[in-house]
Amino acid sequence: MPSEIAIAAVAPNAAPTMEPIVVFENVSIAFDKNSVLEDVSFSVHRGETRIILGPAGGGKSVLMKLTNGLIKPDSGTIRVFGEEVSAMREADLFKLRARIGMVFQESALFDSLSVEDNVAYRLHEEHVPEAEAHARVVEALKFVELEQAIDKFPAEISGGMRRRVSIARAIVSNPDLILYDSPTGGLDPITSTTIIALVVKQRDVSHTTSLMITHRLQDAFLLARNHFNQQTGQMEPIANGGVDDSTKFLVLNDGKIVFDGTTEELVHSTDPWLKEYLA
Amino acid sequence: MPFVSPEVYAKEKIAAIQDYAILSWHAVINIFSGPRYWADIFTQMDSIGVGSMPIVVLTGFFTGCVLALQSATSLQEFGSVSLTGNLVALSMVKELGPVLTGLMVSGRNSSGMASEIGSMKVTEQLDAMRALGTDPVRKLVTPRLYATVFMLFFLTIVADAVGIAGGALVSVTLLGLNASTYFHNSYRALVDGDIVQGLTKPLFSGFIIATVGCYFGMKTKGGTQGVGKATTQAVVVASVFIIIVDFIVSRAMIGIFGR
Repeated sequence: MPSEIAIAAVAPNAAPTMEPIVVFENVSIAFDKNSVLEDVSFSVHRGETRIILGPAGGGKSVLMKLTNGLIKPDSGTIRVFGEEVSAMREADLFKLRARIGMVFQESALFDSLSVEDNVAYRLHEEHVPEAEAHARVVEALKFVELEQAIDKFPAEISGGMRRRVSIARAIVSNPDLILYDSPTGGLDPITSTTIIALVVKQRDVSHTTSLMITHRLQDAFLLARNHFNQQTGQMEPIANGGVDDSTKFLVLNDGKIVFDGTTEELVHSTDPWLKEYLA
Repeated sequence: MPFVSPEVYAKEKIAAIQDYAILSWHAVINIFSGPRYWADIFTQMDSIGVGSMPIVVLTGFFTGCVLALQSATSLQEFGSVSLTGNLVALSMVKELGPVLTGLMVSGRNSSGMASEIGSMKVTEQLDAMRALGTDPVRKLVTPRLYATVFMLFFLTIVADAVGIAGGALVSVTLLGLNASTYFHNSYRALVDGDIVQGLTKPLFSGFIIATVGCYFGMKTKGGTQGVGKATTQAVVVASVFIIIVDFIVSRAMIGIFGR
């Protein structure tokens, strides 16, 4: 099922430069003297889907919040779309965040607003006319196959549905970068696969640059080894056991990067910790 | 509660005061630049102002009643029961109206603000708001601040009025005073300085209620237990601040108006 909103996401804000979309340079951060990230450096290029793997408490969610400027690093620089978010004022960050969609670990839907108002939140803030906002919300909800829940409140829908609404809220403004913070965390395997299928769909239809945290290896490899078939509207395994070239991995452990590379490089890694982790 | 060194304790407290001051400053100045959330201001006015009406009316009315009843006993000794109106009007307008209204609204709304914003904080809704390009201080704190200051001013007038009316009811029905004399004495007892003093206090109380409630809400951590703690702290700190600031404002006003 091709999506107009997803296709539209590629073109409008694309800069003619090949500079990476996200760049971390020697980033460190500690909370209450406990080091959470230590000298982290990596970059994510346009159209790339970067899967961030690692054990719980390894600093993955902190890394995601740093990318969006929700927290500041103690040292190092973070550049997103060429702008240094680690040194920007909050007022300037609000403008930058208009180009970034974020899916939170526990959905973080506004519980006093309906599904429609949640998805339309950014559109309302941008004073988009009500009719246009409604049409775009319906389109985004169709993308996540949840248009029937438009009038419901977050408390009235399941955990999986809340994640899908959260994805709809993140993509409704056609962002150039999407941050998925454990979109499948705490969900059953079937619902997790549905969520991953949506991430694959967004990746293959719109080619939006994205970072996705997961601690479930099966979700990570599902994302790397499948593609979205626009004719059938289904997620399908890539032929001959292939992997998606735009999907790369970043593995964190104890706040340090232990792997940064492609799917093939990851599965053939000889690092003892990594082999044990992947086993 | 773990023991910390005096230095760490002092630093924590100073940092908290700094954070509170910064939050309050931003909450105040946000109204002078866009985007302004007028709809939220009106919603909060309805919630804080109209929603607090029943408790303010009941508290004010029965405070006036009991004030008349208690003061009559003392005034009787001097043969001055007819001055009950003076005493009730002065006490209500200068002190009890503003302070009791502040305390009642604090109990109802500081806690409400702390729990509502605190729940949003622990469920990452504040981060989501920032990620969606909205400043939570502008969207949540500024409307609550201006709505509370504006509505508390009028709630205090209502409390003063129903307090004097309560005093009148007791004076007429239980003390056998003439209603006309009561109201005439009440009116004569008050001068402009008393009214100014009584209506300056809710401006400070409103500021304290909103900023303290929102501050504790935005600093909430530790899940639902943290929300409960923030709620309690907000009410306690706001109530104590209201009483302290009431004393300071009273002293300043007495210095200005001489009574």
